Amino acid sequence: MKIIKTGLAVTVALATLLGFDSCKPKNAASAVSGDAAAKAYVAPGKYDEFYNFVSGGFSGQLAVYGLPSGRLFRTIPIYSQDPESGWGYSEETKPMLNTSHGYIPWDDSHHAELSQTNGEIDGRWIFVNGNNTPRVARVNLSTFRTDEILEVPNSAGNHSSPFITSNTEYVVAGTRFSIPMDNANGDVPINTYKQNFKGTVSFISVDKTTGNMKIAFQILLPGIDFDLAHAGKGPSEGWFFFSCYNSEQANTLLEVNASQKDKDFILAVNWKKAEEYLAQGKAQKVTTKYAHNIYSEKTHSATSTIETEVNMLDAKSLEGMCYFIPCPKSPHGCDVDPTGEYIVGSGKLAALIPVFSFQKLQTAINNKDFEGNYGGIPVVKYQSALYGEVPKPGLGPLHTEFDGKGNAYTSFFVSSEIVKWNVKDLKVLDRAPTYYSIGHLCVPGGDSKKPNAKYVIAYNKITKDRYLPTGPELTQSAQLFDISGDKMQLILDFPTVGEPHYAQACPADLIKKNSVKFFKIEDNANTYVSKGEGETKVVRTGKRVDVYMTVIRSHITPDNIEGIKVDDEVYFHVTNLEQDWDIPHGFAIKGNNNGELLVMPGETQSVKWLPAKTGIYPMYCTDFCSALHQEMQGYVRVSAAGSNVPLLFSTGKNLPPADSTAK
Amino acid sequence: MKKVFGIFIAGFLLYACSGGTKENNANTTANSDAVSATDNSANPSYDPKRGEGKFTKVDIGATLDATMADAGKKVYDVKCSACHKLTTEKLVGPGWSGVTSRHAPEWIMNFVTNTDAMIDKDPAAQAQLEICLVRMPNQNLSDDDARHLLEFMRKNDGVK
Ligand SMILES: [Cu+2]
Repeated sequence: MKIIKTGLAVTVALATLLGFDSCKPKNAASAVSGDAAAKAYVAPGKYDEFYNFVSGGFSGQLAVYGLPSGRLFRTIPIYSQDPESGWGYSEETKPMLNTSHGYIPWDDSHHAELSQTNGEIDGRWIFVNGNNTPRVARVNLSTFRTDEILEVPNSAGNHSSPFITSNTEYVVAGTRFSIPMDNANGDVPINTYKQNFKGTVSFISVDKTTGNMKIAFQILLPGIDFDLAHAGKGPSEGWFFFSCYNSEQANTLLEVNASQKDKDFILAVNWKKAEEYLAQGKAQKVTTKYAHNIYSEKTHSATSTIETEVNMLDAKSLEGMCYFIPCPKSPHGCDVDPTGEYIVGSGKLAALIPVFSFQKLQTAINNKDFEGNYGGIPVVKYQSALYGEVPKPGLGPLHTEFDGKGNAYTSFFVSSEIVKWNVKDLKVLDRAPTYYSIGHLCVPGGDSKKPNAKYVIAYNKITKDRYLPTGPELTQSAQLFDISGDKMQLILDFPTVGEPHYAQACPADLIKKNSVKFFKIEDNANTYVSKGEGETKVVRTGKRVDVYMTVIRSHITPDNIEGIKVDDEVYFHVTNLEQDWDIPHGFAIKGNNNGELLVMPGETQSVKWLPAKTGIYPMYCTDFCSALHQEMQGYVRVSAAGSNVPLLFSTGKNLPPADSTAK
Repeated sequence: MKKVFGIFIAGFLLYACSGGTKENNANTTANSDAVSATDNSANPSYDPKRGEGKFTKVDIGATLDATMADAGKKVYDVKCSACHKLTTEKLVGPGWSGVTSRHAPEWIMNFVTNTDAMIDKDPAAQAQLEICLVRMPNQNLSDDDARHLLEFMRKNDGVK
């Protein structure tokens, strides 16, 4: 299969190239024309023009690149433990990975969405979904750190998430797997799917000032699979659109059984109407359990709270809130153009792209132009909502982004290409091969009201022969195309972290000016902070030992500690006294069944250590910080459990006794 | 030391030619004050008494301002004590005893607020770097913090 796919991709590539190039390219690499290098070149020491935030797929992280250089700046840990930063290892960050199922240090993050104001990217936060154990995260773009993770109850496989409304009023989360609701008996035969399994979409409100998330309401829906989503904008601002598949309600071999019907649906949700119903008390309070985790920049630590209730609005009994629009062949992408009038559905197995008109949808709803209902929800007639179809655009359309100049760019997995087409007249304008099998694509601001249409970036599923081989698994990759002209021009390939799914990009100016350089030590409210070496100490409370420690170029205080015993539970609370940009210190101790700490200037982080054997345990700074970094070290003495070695701690004072000099 | 100075000037000229913004400049001392750097190149006679930075004249009283000195002690405890003793003993950096007679008030205030730029060009600061080998961290003191510290140093040196 793969060979056929690749072969097809190359054929398309060659055909395309031959179309506008008189020379005969021998391979895919010659698709790059002369000035590509110059267009992607950012001189050493110069800044990139755009940030590109790329979901890390099954790495559970978010990667940050510069464009056009494709340089990787940072991978931000979200759902996954990160050995580099101590995320998920330190006591302060562990609560961020708490869920109703306990501590889960991994997830599968597919989509990233930048916060918006008035339909334009505002550079404040980026939201990222967790698929496997449904969660939504908010990353703070002044610190590039995950500030909040909210679990989504009554959901499984949080795929149609975290798409947002024009003023970031809501982040949505739609369940990919329908399941029995959390408060129902879930111990039922799997083949009772049709009776017992339900779907939900969640609307998570976002506080305008703090960004804090809260599940405002969930909408109860028939048991099908919700896939992707995008908010309306402009005229359609009060609406949200979700693609769905498996209207067959299959519970096994979906590859075949969920591809039976000619059409599945796009679900249109009138969320303003839902807000009205909520205000009228039409929601049912449903008991459940989900974790809500918040990281505080004041205490430099996270708290995890278990919430126990959600507001549930039943779609079939609340009129005017939800409508289904038939959409051909297992729709995947569900994208709304910058004007808010056109909704593009992409049937994974379809040979056309349907474009729906918001205006026509409204007329159809007003005229009750329905072909029936599905699970009690009206189904609008396909032709009544349809603006038109892009005929024979390619094979396997997945996702569409827009350039704000009336054009759409759709990715085609099977034919491995990006196709540019005009939204108004539905004519194909250009096609560019991708290497290979593109999934998502991204234009900076390409799903907002104001795209910045300089580039389109392809995020590919297969790289095959594009990079030096690295064993059975090859690097994941992205490809950058200049779209400032009429034709797309490939200018760069760059490797990515994990499997990239959706990505967002925005002008660097929106973000770089807000970047935090260090945390003010005066404002540090961590329970275990040491504001200056004078406050360092070691405190024993039964078997628990708290080491209040400071680090500064280039020593640790205290750096000689004695009186620790086997079976103690030791916490090193490390405060970095530095007040300068880019001067973190690390902390590690030998034999610790745990990670390291990486402590930002002015911050306090704590690591737990359970010494199991007597002996001397070296500790040191792991981040090269100064000429005397290698001297930044110390020792901890561990004595037997019953020993009476007194607790001692100091730096620079624990010198040999006068009579101990070697003879 | 001359060499370091030369590199700095070369770097500066390059920067001037590039016409880039300050932010795009790949200066290693990210916190250096571009304005004062300009002043210096226009007038190459660096004043080693005053140092380089925003402070040109610091008024100090004949007697100690105890309130300011107390505020300065708090800053010292959090941000300075890890490296500087109050005696003549060198820890990471030099002991503070006698510092107010070794340096003018302006020099001290400039050094603690414009640390990177001064380490890059001040002869006394560079001589100290050769002894300590650790560049003093920029601790991002406010102007008030710096003035309070100066008063605390004066107290430490016996001003009553
Ligand atoms: Cu260090």
